[in-house]
Amino acid sequence: MAHESTYTPSTGIGRWIDTRLPVPRLMHDQFGVFPMPRNVNYLWTFGAILSFMLAVQIVTGIVLAMHYQPTVDGAFDSVEKIMRDVNWGWLLRYAHAVGASMFFFAAFIHTFRGLYYGSYKAPREILWMLGVLILFLMIATAFMGYSLVWGQMSFWAVTVITNLFSSLDSLVPGLGTTLVQWIWGGFSVGEPTLNRLLALHYLFPFVIVGVVILHIWALHIPGSNNPTGVDVKTKSDTLPFHPYFTIKDGFAIVLFCLLFGVFLFYAPNYLGHSDNYIPANPLQTPPHIVPEWYFLPFYAILRAIPDKLFGVIGLMGAIVVLFFIPWLDTSRIRSVSYRPIFKWFFWLFVICCLVLGYLGSQAPDGWYLFWGRVCTIYYFAFFLIIMPVVGLIERPKRLPGSITESVLGKKTAAPSGGTA
Amino acid sequence: MANSDSSTDPSISYDDDPSRRDVILIGAAAFAAIGGAAVLWPLLDQMNPDASTLSLASIDVDLAPVEEGQAITVMWRGKPIFIRHRTAQEIKDAEEVKLDQLIDPLARNANLADTAPATDANRAAPDKEPWLVMIGICTHLGCIPKGQAIADYKGEFGGWFCPCHGSQYDTAGRVRIGPAPENMYIPPYAFSSDTKIKIG
Repeated sequence: MAHESTYTPSTGIGRWIDTRLPVPRLMHDQFGVFPMPRNVNYLWTFGAILSFMLAVQIVTGIVLAMHYQPTVDGAFDSVEKIMRDVNWGWLLRYAHAVGASMFFFAAFIHTFRGLYYGSYKAPREILWMLGVLILFLMIATAFMGYSLVWGQMSFWAVTVITNLFSSLDSLVPGLGTTLVQWIWGGFSVGEPTLNRLLALHYLFPFVIVGVVILHIWALHIPGSNNPTGVDVKTKSDTLPFHPYFTIKDGFAIVLFCLLFGVFLFYAPNYLGHSDNYIPANPLQTPPHIVPEWYFLPFYAILRAIPDKLFGVIGLMGAIVVLFFIPWLDTSRIRSVSYRPIFKWFFWLFVICCLVLGYLGSQAPDGWYLFWGRVCTIYYFAFFLIIMPVVGLIERPKRLPGSITESVLGKKTAAPSGGTA
Repeated sequence: MANSDSSTDPSISYDDDPSRRDVILIGAAAFAAIGGAAVLWPLLDQMNPDASTLSLASIDVDLAPVEEGQAITVMWRGKPIFIRHRTAQEIKDAEEVKLDQLIDPLARNANLADTAPATDANRAAPDKEPWLVMIGICTHLGCIPKGQAIADYKGEFGGWFCPCHGSQYDTAGRVRIGPAPENMYIPPYAFSSDTKIKIG
């Protein structure tokens, strides 16, 4: 792909395989000697952490499915049976539930990393867009998985989110209602709905695996970005992936597991909502419907917009707009570190997302609603106005001459026989 | 597509006629596309409500025990049906509302024409003004509004209040404060006797 293959099989079997299905060559070239910029920081370990979390979710999910019953009467009880009776069920289910939170936490850091260091800019546009697609699939998967518990929050989250599609009734009368009944398989959220949610919840993680493979493929064409945003120019700018980054990623995964373990073993329900331990009741809406924490910023955007259809458009648009930022950002500089004006807007955007997350957990009235609207406007203005405009008017700081220079300083960057 | 045999065997030159080949190619591709689309339909339609769901029996409700000022909730097609025995004051409040004060000016009554205006008479049971029968689902995102129990907060208009996103309905079930875009829907129903209704 990005570099000449240096693989030379040393055994007869190795040569035999190499001329038939050269998987060892692929692994050697892409994960063995693959050149990584030598200056990447720990934010570049989140790709490995996310791969690890995806594996955790798939493994725990498959075993949970061996005990789960997708029926209106049995679902909630089967989850409780997993918690109380199934051997190690408590661990598996908590790992899966807490794992979803950890997965999103890592995905958000990974996304903001890409945003800060301009990893979406040429030649990494498709890489970025595949990443946004993965985020979108993760959101859909997490939502469907949460619904399977069939508690009050599960049930009403499904009701509210599927009803979002009924907003299409204001475009074409009847279209939204038809679509919602198609999704439900009935006139309300019920057993057909639960069964298809399980089928799709089981399918989507494997779709994510497929897109992740494409994501890594697209990454390995130009290679990784780095904190300076300066392209790799010479061999001294890089280090081989193994052992330098296999060890670094492995260490980061261990640290991440400590965080995972703290929640998993000491506060497994801290990130959830207690109402989801009440069985689903279609006759009673909980007094306060809130999604899991990782959806709160999007939920705040939905509620900040007073019109039903535009609220849904805002909710979807908050993700969809990310697909376009490779072209919305007009700056030629990748890394925000070298963009003195945009830097402020970037950190304001981070704060805006955190505030939206807080507001999403509060009732939408009074000042909460006001600030929800302010932050929603800023969220979209950041991408649609600030990104194009600041890129044009800003005078960036001077970039280092090379990655090596940024690490070792200018003098040692050009060792030329001791004449310096 | 020159064929050296074409001079001796006319059928071969006929088979190699490029326009004939195009017709076959386009025809075959179109046939495969239509066939593919036809196969797709069962895969999509299987998700729609099936016949057993569509034919869910109608229900009979006895209204006799419901005193004035009380409300009951019954299930029909998996949805809650609000039945309220309204007080004279509640009826008067609803009647005094002018149509241009409403967010949704349509009655949303399955027993009337789609264009019927949202007057109180068009919302309430025919000739039985105290009775209001409607699907108790907020038209915003499908929550169940509060207001059925005596102690519930019923919003500024004395009808129903949706706890999810703050929509408020008046005593005729018409939305008065958004984000809900429409009045709560009235299901098909009829009085089978003086105190009994059949919904569906």
